[in-house]
Amino acid sequence: MDITFNNVSYIYQENSPFAHKAIEDLNFHIPSGSFVAVIGHTGSGKSTLIQHLNGLAMPSRGEVTIGDFHLKAKEKPKNMRELRSKVGVVFQYPEHQLFEETVVKDIAFGPENFGVEKAVIEERIRDIIPAVGLSEDILERSPFDLSGGQMRRVAIAGVMAVQPEVLVLDEPTAGLDPRGQKEILQMFYELHKRQGLTTILVTHSMEDALKYADHVLIMNKGKKYMEGNPVEVFTQKDALHKVQLDVPESVAFLSKFEKRFKYSLPFKGQTVDEMAEDIRRVVQGGRIDE
Amino acid sequence: MNNTLIIGQYVPGNSLVHKLDPRTKITLIFFFVFIVFLANNVVSYSILALFALASMVTSRVPIRFIMKGLTPVWFLIVFTFILHIIVTKEGTVWLEIYSFQIYSGGVFQGIAISLRFFLLILITSLLTLTTTPIEITDAIEDMLHPLKKVKFPVHELALMMSISLRFIPTLMQETEKISKAQASRGVDFRTGSIKDRAKAVVPLLIPLFVSAFKRAEELAMAMEARGYKGGEGRTKLRELKINARDIAVYLLFIAVIAGLLLTRGY
Amino acid sequence: MREKLIEFRNVSFRYREEHPWVLKNCSFEIYEDESIAIIGHNGSGKSTIAKLINGLLFPQEGEILIAGKPVTEETIWDIRKDVGMVFQNPDNQFVGTTVQDDVAFGMENRGIPREEMIARIEESLTAVGMQDYHLTEPHRLSGGQKQRVAIAGVLAVSPKVLILDEATAMLDPKGRTEIMNTLNQVQEKNNLSLITITHDLHEVVQSDRVIVMNHGEIWDEATPREIFAKKHALREIGLDVPFVAILADELQVKGLALTKEPLNHEELLEELWTLHSTT
Repeated sequence: MDITFNNVSYIYQENSPFAHKAIEDLNFHIPSGSFVAVIGHTGSGKSTLIQHLNGLAMPSRGEVTIGDFHLKAKEKPKNMRELRSKVGVVFQYPEHQLFEETVVKDIAFGPENFGVEKAVIEERIRDIIPAVGLSEDILERSPFDLSGGQMRRVAIAGVMAVQPEVLVLDEPTAGLDPRGQKEILQMFYELHKRQGLTTILVTHSMEDALKYADHVLIMNKGKKYMEGNPVEVFTQKDALHKVQLDVPESVAFLSKFEKRFKYSLPFKGQTVDEMAEDIRRVVQGGRIDE
Repeated sequence: MNNTLIIGQYVPGNSLVHKLDPRTKITLIFFFVFIVFLANNVVSYSILALFALASMVTSRVPIRFIMKGLTPVWFLIVFTFILHIIVTKEGTVWLEIYSFQIYSGGVFQGIAISLRFFLLILITSLLTLTTTPIEITDAIEDMLHPLKKVKFPVHELALMMSISLRFIPTLMQETEKISKAQASRGVDFRTGSIKDRAKAVVPLLIPLFVSAFKRAEELAMAMEARGYKGGEGRTKLRELKINARDIAVYLLFIAVIAGLLLTRGY
Repeated sequence: MREKLIEFRNVSFRYREEHPWVLKNCSFEIYEDESIAIIGHNGSGKSTIAKLINGLLFPQEGEILIAGKPVTEETIWDIRKDVGMVFQNPDNQFVGTTVQDDVAFGMENRGIPREEMIARIEESLTAVGMQDYHLTEPHRLSGGQKQRVAIAGVLAVSPKVLILDEATAMLDPKGRTEIMNTLNQVQEKNNLSLITITHDLHEVVQSDRVIVMNHGEIWDEATPREIFAKKHALREIGLDVPFVAILADELQVKGLALTKEPLNHEELLEELWTLHSTT
């Protein structure tokens, strides 16, 4: 589903002495099937942004369009339930939402709320369990007896079982160890490809954004600060440093290399292997094939 | 996120009433409850009302906050007034509507009782309006101190209260987060029958309980790691101190009592 | 000769008898003024080590000595004075209703007189750069600020060792940088050993020595440089290696002979420059 923000502002506690703008005049368009990374500091408005995607927050000004759904200021939303069944959100520490007696009941909770038939739910669960890296023997166990990593996978399965078309991920790897982080992101990337999802990933990791996203949105103080494809955005070191964001390490290293060797070796999205090859040629005095 | 959160009714300020030792405030309120019953004529009631009014003005708490605190009790005050008018049949008849007579005694009584009630509520709400919950906790701990001799867990009680106060905002944020997560999974907290809505609370309450227990466990461990082993041998940073202003207020209060005793009719 | 501060002698631990061992026969030593990183996958037993040092847990087998004293029910109160801990969740260790109340908590527990408390609060809050927040309530602070307050609370009782048990795991990059800067300053000014339990590679690089845990056992114990040289093995046990180490590896494969394992960009650049000048 296409997502469009048209002059969207969100004012927190409007008409009270504590009112403040969480997002301001936000405009962007995400074509269906994109993998978008949203980056920004805590308080940059990115949490508020993603809450607009399934109507948890309604714009104070402007309009949000998700597929055929329209969220407008001062207009009572229609088909909210349908919107929420199309937009799945994996919140930070999603294991905190588990509450059922068994894993299978918890995964079925979402689809049941959206009126999916029992037989269909069972089928979906059978599919989703291996996809999130769990085994069937945990289905009848209590989710509270599982390890932290397993709990998170159960919570993710619960969102995926609704079969959303848009998947919103709010720092889905927070608190996991490096292997867990890689596995979870890889899993989302495969689901994204296989099911043709539109994925929005909120992250602090420039490396992850570079690796998975085809579009990057940088938020700062409630406003869109930068937007574009990852290589384009991440090579603008000075602009990023201005809002205290870092560039990916590979970009940082290449830029230091350029300075030291006085040789232009721009970042073009090379893999580490390609980068090593470029560096080798310069170091050994050769030229780089254009 | 929740920068606007105010726990209880506390209105920040720097007035004399704010700065009084919380124990002074609690003690005075305790005695005020009794001396309210001393007043029984216009002069003595005026003294009481003047005292309450003066406290209110000195506290510099905006009138609307005080009135907000009184909203739930207005009904009771009015009800008491009407009840007295109907029931009391003393003095002269002032008004006669059909066969129903309103006596002067009833009106006086009604005004007196409602006024008493009003003043009591006013003074007690001034306590919560000008004293932070943690100050009240400290005062209670200090005032209950003698009970330690009979093994009453005064320190533990106060610690429990202060930790609860500390965690109210945290748990409120948590509630908001979980309810958003469950709303995204199709839970509807707003519409449906009462039964539906009660059912919708389960996916909110269970995670909240689980997390509260986890927090409690981690907090207990952190406290232990920081050398907590009960109230024995502990010193305190927060200190209550009776100042000159407290003594002045006590003296003023004694003057009020004396005034009441002198002016009330016997 | 440096003083031994912490010593684990053949320590094994499990939560209950029917449960598997969380730590298996672990022995190591940590010296005064040392900065140690303990890394390992989730569930490798690294946080258990921290809790054992502090007497929050007791081993079934083996012995733990802190400054020569064995950790027992009788000694834990003294030991907890010497061993300060900062935990993962910033919210679940903030006891006070304001910043200064929280910093005071550890001192109150130890019966430190009020005048001294006030002086030490000022001192330790200044050390972590939170001196302007004495009366701020915890819900008005960021995660990084709360963790700095937690560090101040530990510093106020002047311990010999500070353990950070994944203290930056729940923070954003800004919060992490805040904590790292704070720790650098604190270590410079105080005689303090530092034990960092972490996944963050930057924190590992800054330590003197690294203990790598895997499934309850000590997998390796060496300098960061030596550890990162074993990148393939590290990856196999679920850990990460820094970008420079990966790049250095690729460069070696391509025939560039690096003389040592680089720990940061500058070291690698220096090596490359030397190579470039000699060809």
